[in-house]
Formats: sequence, C-alpha cells, structure tokens
Amino acid sequence: MIKAILIFNNHGKPRLSKFYEHYSEDTEQQIIRETFHLVSKRDENVCNFLEGGMLIGGSENKLIYRHYATLYFVFCVDSSESELGILDLIQVFVETLDKCFENVCELDLIFHVDKVHNILAEMVMGGMVLETNMNEIITQVDAQNKMEKSEVRL
Amino acid sequence: MALKIVKGSIDRMFDKNLQDLVRGIRNHKEDEAKYISTCIDEIKQELKQDNIAVKANAVCKLTYLQMLGYDVSWAAFNIVEVMSSSKFTYKRIGYLAASQCFHESTDVIMLTTNQIRKDLSSPNQYDTGVALTGLSCFVTPDLARDLANDIMTLMSHTKPYIRKKAVLIMYKVFLKYPESLRPAFPRLKEKLEDPDPGVQSAAVNVICELARRNPKNYLSLAPLFFKLMTSSTNNWVLIKIIKLFGALTPLEPRLGKKLIEPLTNLIHSTSAMSLLYECVNTVIAVLISLSSGMPNHSASIQLCVQKLRILIEDSDQNLKYLGLLAMSKILKTHPKSVQSHKDLILQCLDDKDESIRLRALDLLYGMVSKKNLMEIVKKLMLHVDKAEGTTYRDELLTKIIDICSQSNYQYITNFEWYISILVELTRLEGTRHGHLIASQMLDVAIRVKAIRAFAVAQMATLLDNAHLLTGNTQRNGICEVLYAAAWICGEFSEHLEEPMVTLEAMLRPKVATLPGHIQAVYVQNAAKLFATVLRGHEGVPADSMVAQETSQLLIDRLPLFVQSSNLEVQERASCILQLVKYIQKLQQKDVEVAEEVTALFAGELNPVAPKAQKKVPVPEGLDLDVWINEPPSGSESEDEGRKSKGKAVFAKEESRHTKPRYTEVDEKELAKRREVRKAEQANNPFYIKASPSSQKVYQDGVGVEHIPVVQIDLSVPLKVPDQYVKLEEERRERNKADKKKKKDKKKREKGEKGRRRRGDSGPESEEDITPAHMVDIVTEEMPENALPSDDDDKDPNDPHKALNIDLDKPLADSEKKLPVRSHRPDEVLKSPMEDRQVVEVVPEPKKKTGKEKKEKKDRKKSKEKKKKHKQEEEEDLMGAGSEEPVQPEETKEVAAPPPASTPEASDLDFWLSNAPVPSNPQAAAAPASTPRTASGMAAVAPDSEPEEAKDTEPEETKSSTHKKKKQKKEKKKKKHHHNHSDGAGDESVQNGTVEEEEPLPPMSNYALLAENSYIKMMKQDADKVCDIQGNLQDGSQVVVSVIFENKCDSFIKSMEFNVLDSLNSKLQRPDGAGPHDGLIVPFQLPPGISNEARFIFSVQNIVMPQKLKGTLTFIVKTDDSSTHEKLDFKLHFTCTSYLITTPCYSDAYSKLLESGDLKGCSLKLEGVNQPFHHLLARICFHHHFSVVERIDSCASMYSRSIQGHHMCLLVKTADQTVSIDAKCDEPGLLGNVLDEIKLTFSQC
Repeated sequence: MIKAILIFNNHGKPRLSKFYEHYSEDTEQQIIRETFHLVSKRDENVCNFLEGGMLIGGSENKLIYRHYATLYFVFCVDSSESELGILDLIQVFVETLDKCFENVCELDLIFHVDKVHNILAEMVMGGMVLETNMNEIITQVDAQNKMEKSEVRL
Repeated sequence: MALKIVKGSIDRMFDKNLQDLVRGIRNHKEDEAKYISTCIDEIKQELKQDNIAVKANAVCKLTYLQMLGYDVSWAAFNIVEVMSSSKFTYKRIGYLAASQCFHESTDVIMLTTNQIRKDLSSPNQYDTGVALTGLSCFVTPDLARDLANDIMTLMSHTKPYIRKKAVLIMYKVFLKYPESLRPAFPRLKEKLEDPDPGVQSAAVNVICELARRNPKNYLSLAPLFFKLMTSSTNNWVLIKIIKLFGALTPLEPRLGKKLIEPLTNLIHSTSAMSLLYECVNTVIAVLISLSSGMPNHSASIQLCVQKLRILIEDSDQNLKYLGLLAMSKILKTHPKSVQSHKDLILQCLDDKDESIRLRALDLLYGMVSKKNLMEIVKKLMLHVDKAEGTTYRDELLTKIIDICSQSNYQYITNFEWYISILVELTRLEGTRHGHLIASQMLDVAIRVKAIRAFAVAQMATLLDNAHLLTGNTQRNGICEVLYAAAWICGEFSEHLEEPMVTLEAMLRPKVATLPGHIQAVYVQNAAKLFATVLRGHEGVPADSMVAQETSQLLIDRLPLFVQSSNLEVQERASCILQLVKYIQKLQQKDVEVAEEVTALFAGELNPVAPKAQKKVPVPEGLDLDVWINEPPSGSESEDEGRKSKGKAVFAKEESRHTKPRYTEVDEKELAKRREVRKAEQANNPFYIKASPSSQKVYQDGVGVEHIPVVQIDLSVPLKVPDQYVKLEEERRERNKADKKKKKDKKKREKGEKGRRRRGDSGPESEEDITPAHMVDIVTEEMPENALPSDDDDKDPNDPHKALNIDLDKPLADSEKKLPVRSHRPDEVLKSPMEDRQVVEVVPEPKKKTGKEKKEKKDRKKSKEKKKKHKQEEEEDLMGAGSEEPVQPEETKEVAAPPPASTPEASDLDFWLSNAPVPSNPQAAAAPASTPRTASGMAAVAPDSEPEEAKDTEPEETKSSTHKKKKQKKEKKKKKHHHNHSDGAGDESVQNGTVEEEEPLPPMSNYALLAENSYIKMMKQDADKVCDIQGNLQDGSQVVVSVIFENKCDSFIKSMEFNVLDSLNSKLQRPDGAGPHDGLIVPFQLPPGISNEARFIFSVQNIVMPQKLKGTLTFIVKTDDSSTHEKLDFKLHFTCTSYLITTPCYSDAYSKLLESGDLKGCSLKLEGVNQPFHHLLARICFHHHFSVVERIDSCASMYSRSIQGHHMCLLVKTADQTVSIDAKCDEPGLLGNVLDEIKLTFSQC
C-alpha cells in the first residue's frame, strides 16, 4: 500500500499532497515538513530509500523518493510495495506529467494542482497502484479532459 | 430566474479562479496568512451563491488551501453539492475535494450514499470512475455496507476501466465492512483471470494485500497464482505475486519447493532489476521456510548470495541498499553464506550514505562468530571514533552491544575484553545510551561470576574518574554507568583490592551533583563497602584505627546526602548515618561489629527474567477480577477518588511509607501504584532489570550548571582494550597447544589462566576457541509452571484482524447476499444483483446448525445453483478434477454429503504433494513410472516407451537404459510412497480430519509421454479451462502440462513442440502462426534440470477419446558440437480428461436424477479386492468424480464435463464385485468413461 504521495520543492513548499489515510491538516503539514527535512539533507548520490521511522504509521514504512530539478517526489509505502517498482512508478508519473503538460516544470504543478491530482488518480487509487502503463493513463486523462471541454462549450 | 443566471455568470467573471488564487498567494509573500483569510472570506461568499459553477470554482480553491494546511471541513456540505452536479467537470472537482478532506467523522458523508450510488451506475464511465476514485479515499463502514453490492456489480462491468477500479476499491470495502469479503471473494478470484491485464493486475493487487495480513486463508489460491506467475509477462503483476509467495511459503514449505525452480529461471532470465530482486527475496523466504542444510538448495543460496553481491557492488546506491536488505534475510538462516562476504559488508560501513551504513550494521549482527567478534568490534570501535553525528554513533554503540550480548553472550569468549569495551564506550560524548551500557555492565557482572574481580576493578577505576563522566556529558545520561559501577563495587566489594579508596571516591562531594537515583545507589553501596572494610580490618589491633577512620569518614561525608533534595537519597543517607554513628560507638568500646554489619547485606542476588513477573501463573481459585471487598457506592467513591488522588501524589514521593489500603483501590489508584512500583524498582539496585526499556532516563540533579567543567585527558585509565585483545589471542593459542597435548583432559582445565606458552598458529575453528572463564552464565530465573511462549499480542486495532476469514468454506445461505439495510431499500438497483448472486454463489455445505433448515427451503433454487458449477471449475483450475484422494473418508466423517467441504484445501495439498519437485528430478520422475498412473489423459502405457523412443535411441544403449530405468523405478516407487505419507501428515493437520488406519496407495497424475537418452517428457493430468467467456460450445480448452527433463550431460535448447492437429482437437498457436508450426518451448534445459511447460488445446467434440501425434525437436549442445534431435510422442486425450470434478449436493443430485434427462448404463467389475474407500478415491482421482453421498458400501458420485454434461454414478460393492450404475445426458461419453474406469481397475 502507498500511504502518501508528496510533492514539494527544494524549499519544502508543498506542490501536491495526497494522503491515503486520514490525518488532520496540522499533522499533514507536520508530516510534509518532517519528510522534507529528512529528504532534503540527503546528498544527490545516495540511495532513494529512507526508513521513515515514526513518520507515517511506523517503522514498517519506507520513504521512496526521487529528486527532479526543483521538485521532490516522495512516496511513503509499506512493505508490500517493491522499492524499485515504486521508483519506476515515480518515473512513470513524471513522464506522464511531462506528456500531459508538455515539458512539465514546477510552475505547471503550482498552477494546476487539480490536473496533477486527476493524473495521479489514474495511476494510484486509494493507495493501490491502478495503472502503470503510461499510454493507458494518458488515454484516460485525455478522454476526461475532452469531456470537460465539451461541457464548457455547452 | 434568467436574471439570476446572468448575474451569476457576470459575478463569475470577477471571481478568482485557482490560478488567480495561487498567483495572489505568490504575490503576497509578506502577508500570506492575511491574504488567504480574505480569500477564504471570498470563497464563503461564492459558496452562498446558487450558481454551481461558482461553487465548484470555490471548492477547487478550497482544495488547494487544504493542501497548504487550512482546515476546510466547514465547507463539507458545499463539497457534497458540487459532487452531485450533473456536469462531469464539477463532479470531478467535488470528488477531488471530498477525497482530500472527508474522513470517517465527517458527518455529511452519510448524505452522499445515494449520490454515489447514482454515479456508480451512471452510463458515463468517467462519472463512475471519478466516484470510485473518490470513494476509495473516504469510504466509511456505512458507505461500504450500503454500496458493497453496487461495487460488486461493477466488478463485472463491460468496460475494463471500471472493472479495474471496482476490483481495487473492494479492498477498501473489505477493510471497512469485513462481512463483504466472503460473498465478494468468488468474483474477485474470477478477476484474476480477467482478459484485461489492468483488471488482472488490480485483482492480484487486492488479493496480495489481503493475503499479506492473513496468509493462511489464501494458501488455496497458490496453484492459481503459480499459473499466473508462469504465464504473466507483466512485471508489476509478477512482483506482486512473487511477494505474495514470499508470504505464503512460511506456511507451506512444499510450496517453496515448487517455487524454487521457476523463480530461479526468472532470476536467470529477467532483465528487470525490480523483478530480479523480488525473486531473490522470495527464494530467500523459501529457503528460510525449508529446513536448512538441504544439499539441493545450497545452489540456490549461492545463487542468491551471488546475485546480491552483484547488487551490493553496483554503483547504484539503490541496488546496494536493497542488496544489503535482502542479505540480512539470508543471514538469519544461512549465516555462513553471508559471512564469506564480510569484506564487502565492512566496506559498506564506510559508505557515505547513512541508509546503507545502517543496513550494513544490521548485517554485522549476524555475521559474528566467536572467532571474528573481537575483530569486528574493533572495526566498529574505529567507526565510533570517526563517526560524525550522534545518531549514527549511537546506532553503532547499540549495535556493538547487541552484537556482543546476542544469544546470551554466545560469541564472547573473553569477558575481560567485553568489560573493557564497555568501559571504553563510556568515553563516548553525548550518547543517549548510558543506561544501555550500565545494564550490560550489571548483567555481565551478575551473571558471569568469574569476571567479577575484574569487573570490580574496572568499575572502581570508573568511579575514581567519575568526574570525567559527569563533567560534560551529564545531560546525555552517560553518568548512568556510574549507577552500575557503584552497585557492582558495593555488591561485590569482597573483590576490591582497595575498598577504602573506592569508598572515598563514592563519598566525594561532587557525587551530590549526580541524578538522585544514582546518588541513592552510591549511598547504599557505600554502606556495603563500609561493611567490607570493617570485616577486613577487625581483629587486627593495628587496623582497628583504620576501621574507626572509615567510620569517621562516613560520618563526615554522609550529612551532605542527608540534605539531599531527593527523598530516596535523604532517607538512605540518614538511615546509614545513624547506623554508622552507632557502630562508631561500639567500635570505641572495642566491640566487634563487622559480622553483624556484613549480615545486613548478606545473601546472593539472582537475576530474574524480564518476563518472569508476567509469567507467574495465577493460583487456582484466585479470581483477580472479583472484588475482595464490595466496591464503594457512587457518591462515596467520588469522594474516595479525590482522597486517594491526593494520597497518590504523596505515595509517589514516598511510596514505601504508605501502607496500601486495598479497600480503597480504584482503577486510577492501581495505575498509579503500578507507576510508583515501577519507579521504585528502577531505583532499587536489588531489582535487576535486564531489558533496557524498563530503565528510565532520569532527570538531572539540581544545580549542575554552575559546576565548573574540567577537561582532562582520558587516555590513561580508560583506554585500553587492545591489551585484552592481545591477551586473548595469546590465550587462544595456548589453549590450542594445550588441547593438542592433553586431549583427554577435562575441558575445565583449559580455562585456567597462564599466558606464557605459545602454540602453532593457524586457522582456528569455532570449537577450538574455549572461553577464557568457565563462563558460568547464570540463567535468568522464571517462576515454576510459567508458560514458555510469550503470546505477545498483536495490535487489537488492526483492521486486518477482522479480515481473517476462512474463504475456502463454501458460502452459507445466509451469506449469499450481502446484507443490505432494510430501511433504505433500493429495489431497482438491487434485484438484478440478487439474480446474479444466486448464479454465482458457491455451493454450501450442510451445516449442523439451523442453516440446514434454510437450505431446504431454498431447494427451489437448486437448479439455478447448477450454473454456479462453472465457477467451481475455475476454482479448481490447477487441481483440475484431481480430487484429493482422502476425500471419501472426509465426507464420511462429516456424515454429511457436501463434497465441497474442503475441496480447495485438499486440491492444494494434492497440487503440492504430487507436484514434481523440479530441482529433484528423481522425485519428479517417480510418479511417472508408477505403473498405476494411467490417469486422466495419461494413456501412454509404460510398456510402449521403448517403441516410442526407438526412433532416436541408439540401439546399443537402448537395452541398458531400459534396464536402468526399471531399477530406478523400484527406487522411485519407494521414495514416492514416502513422500506421500509425509504429505498425508500435513493433510490431516490442515483439514482437521484424521486419516483412516489404512493409507491410500499413492496416485499420480503425471505420466510418461516419451523419452530418449537425451530428454524425457512427462505429461500431467490435463487441466481443463473453460473459456472464460462461457462459450462452451466451441471454446472448450484443455491444458496439457508437460515436464521436460534433461537426462543427458549436455545443454538442450531450441525445443519446439508440435502436434499434428486433428479435426477435433487443435493445438492453440499464437496469432500468425500457421497450422503446422510448432510451439517454441520457452526455456532451455541445463543438464539434469527439468521444467514444465503448458500447452493449450481447443477441443470440439468430447464424446470420443482421441490420440494426437506429436514431435519435439531440440538441439543438444555439447562443448564442441550441437546436434538436432527429435522425439515423437502420442498425446492421448481420454474422455475422463474432459470431466471436471464438480461438487454437488444430494438434493440437487436427486433433482437431476428425477429430471429424466439422463440415459443410463451400467458396469460390473469382478475381483476387485480393495477397500471401498480406496475404490472411491481411485474413481475420484483418476476420473474426476466427487462423492455426493456415501452410505456403507454404496456411494453416489457426480461429475461434469467441460461442455456441461452431467454424469452421475451409483457405486455399490459386495464380495469383490463392484457394480456401477451410471447416468449421463450424453450416452457416448458415458460409455467411454465407463470403459476407462474399467481399464483403470483392470490395471491394478
């Protein structure tokens, strides 16, 4: 299970937060801060796994993250997920964003967090991986966007 | 109205949208909070408008603000409004907002039920999708219960997009509403074989999540997953399945054996690192579950370790990390294989990445042996010196202690060395683990008697240098070690060389700056030392002065402690002070007091196991829950409560003075007392705590800050362990020499001291190293009759606990439907659901409860139930009709007809027990060569082998191999029989049935297909899969599993399997292949290896048996050459192979017979002299029937063909004659099956 997906920038500003378990807003912010603190002090050439400790749910969980330019993509997962698999998933996520936004950059995420959520919803649902095939994800996202556009025209 | 709309849209033009909001926030960096609060006010205004577009826009902004940490739960109702918009655009915004901020205690959630239900059944797949996605985040128990049926319907939606989402969300539904698991499970299982890979992957995902928490309930799915594993190409699915197997193997070692081969193949073939890593992980889990030391598996371990080494050596830090992680799993069972990579792991300790260093540390734990412990610890000590950052250093410290103390100090041969290591660790600045070191010192000193003299000497030095410890590190608790030091010096003071010096050190004024509990120990142990000094000096006239001086010293110094603010210290000090004053008076009168003073502290202390207290059994007749006195009445108790509260505050400080009054005990009070007692125990040096957790970190004493801190070079007294290392080395060498000389001398003598002699050096084995001291490790005491195992309870709040549900048990009537709340009927939606369920439900067993009655009522439905057998087929996929041989007994014992009682479990047993163990070709071959095995489709009789093989087998070798084979056969038979009985033992445990006294003869479903000197093919009893689409007329499929075993010393590759199609049966070839093309076998065979491949045939007419001719071509590759070879074979499709074991109720059965659609036929067998249950088992096993009912020597049996023909048998036996009356709606098929049954019995 994926417990949470966080995207924040190099300064710890949240760009997307998706928790698959309920926390109060304060706790969520605290988790984001702590995660940023843990992740940001790591060098570039170290491994992408971090034992999350007591952060979310306890020692069974791991933080798996990737750092792209100005953004950190952090997945908090439990032991049923494959570490390398999740790394691949983050890659798929970022590539999908890149396709959907055409050369994605932090600004896209800042101004269109709802769209990022919609894309993510096609990949991960309720903490479980729904789809890993990028083409399939993009097809579904596009179809929904098309529907949205047709509604606007009405 | 129109005006309103116009007004609304004009307003909207001026509203901020999400982008404006974000821009605004970015432009107001200085006063962000203020800006946002004005925005929230605007949003509140917008939400008041009727225009849904405005509302949606506002909700969208709220979602963003929620991410920034603002509580938006006040807008929950507006979110529901937006969710219920008919436009997808707004709906999506609403659901997103809901998924971000709704949770179980959001009260408006209950308003959403009908809206969500409407969306779920929307014709627009994206409406449904969005609702499912949202629901997955905020589903509550109520929603789960109300919507479970709707979601279950969606699992069979025509669009895979909906199906996969519905399947996935079922997991959440199960968690919130566990009752839905059993009714929904059959359909979920169906989805494992959904044609859409996404749906399949979702189903695998859900079942893996479920199985991870309660693996034993999902063991019966192992065959299905095994099939998926060998057929799937989706790495995600493979990873999940492989992880699942990792969770299942500990429960079923036989599964592990079956897995090793395919996993090894995957390891060799896959290019995906993630998959490789998970394979290695699961192989490790398998190896752990198998009894270690099996020679066959050492290769697998080596393979794993080798692969992991490659990972660890990789420059990619991620792989390095994972490699170490997996290595630590191997370590537990196969430490030797890991130990050889010590160099690599020590190297990782130097890695710049802390995650990796920590993993490497974990590994060290298991790598130590008596031989290398010192070396490893020395390395670690170096790292301790180098380490930056206290967390990592503390981690090192705990690891050193863990490593040394593991399994009762198993690896420590020289405790002097260990004590010196502990002492050196006290030099660590800023460590939090003072108490850990202290407890180690105490533990070692108490339990290793031989070390006490040395320990006391070291502790005395420590006490003497106490100022070094207390100086700069007091905050961090290293001074805890002084607690241990003082206690050890006091308790074992007889070993002190200069008790006077130590006594003086313990009474220094600076001691008063230590934390209270340590001072208390100081004071108490000063008294002990005093007793020792007295005893040492009394009687000698010259020394009586010394004794008196000592008394004076105490009298001078103790008042300092009497003034202590800590009550414990104060009390002990004043007690002892008075005592010493009295003693001094006696001394002045020349009265000998030493004896009496020593008596104060007499008695040996024994270590007590940490759990001992918990383990004390409750004496018979004592009920701890019963009130000793009647509880006080209401008003009184309030009053008492207050009183006792007040008292408890007092008691906390001075617990020993308060006499507990049991009459007034209430819960709070009890808890407090417990606290007090714990605190007291922690303070009490006589109460020995082995676990560090029981120790508390104590607050600092008062007024420490103003004391000047002096830095003093520590190197002289504290640093040293090297010398002990050297001494130990010398000792070991000497020991070796000793051993050579006097082999027959008692071991005890080897422990004696003496360090001069040198022996020859060379590699030592573990056993050669004898401990320096006769380590009399005192075991911890436990109360008598204590239960050995500690049932450490799991988290009672774990939601997965509720999902521990037996899924193999067929559904009972009452479970057929998901309960739906009656007061909220939704008939239109529900009724089609009901129909479906009836069709779907798995047959149920007759239960002895009232459910039986219900069942009778439901007889009308029994016809419909027939349809559900289709589903059973799928469940039986792997075991395909190969009903477990023990079945008849089972049913007899249950005294009820349901053959379905544990069909899954027994199928699994069967799958596991008769399955070939690919890594063990002999065992695999065994079933094949048993002459009785003409089962199922197996029709290649053993005597036809030579003929088959003739084409390719060289004449001269033929006869010899044939002979050899026969010899082998004998062996194999025995072996197989043995295996079987093993399996039977497991069965009886699993099924909860006891086997009858007479064991069943072994049966197998593998038959030899063909073999030559190179290769051997064996065919498994075919599995039949009905086309999932249910196109029974022409879609019937038969799966043939063939084991290929390489018998020669060369590599076999490029195997191509081809069969000459007949009109009736066709080998299914991939698209684009011609009708005569062969199928490439997807693996190669190294010498001695066997592997299994499956081939699918489509069959049109199943009434007649038939034979198909086929050829296997392959290349035999030797070092210098390669030759093309071929092997011909015949595949025999018998009629029984088209039958599927299908359970049937007696009522449905009688209905079927009454219907009159079936034609009869009968058969008599003479001279059958086997027990009736063997006979039944044989029919069940070889011909895929199931027993419907059995009464004495008469049984009714049922089976069904893949095309839906019913077949009923009535078997009677009397005096070696068996008569079988059979009925079937297809007489041709029936006749053939009866012939085959006859053949089976004529062969044995």
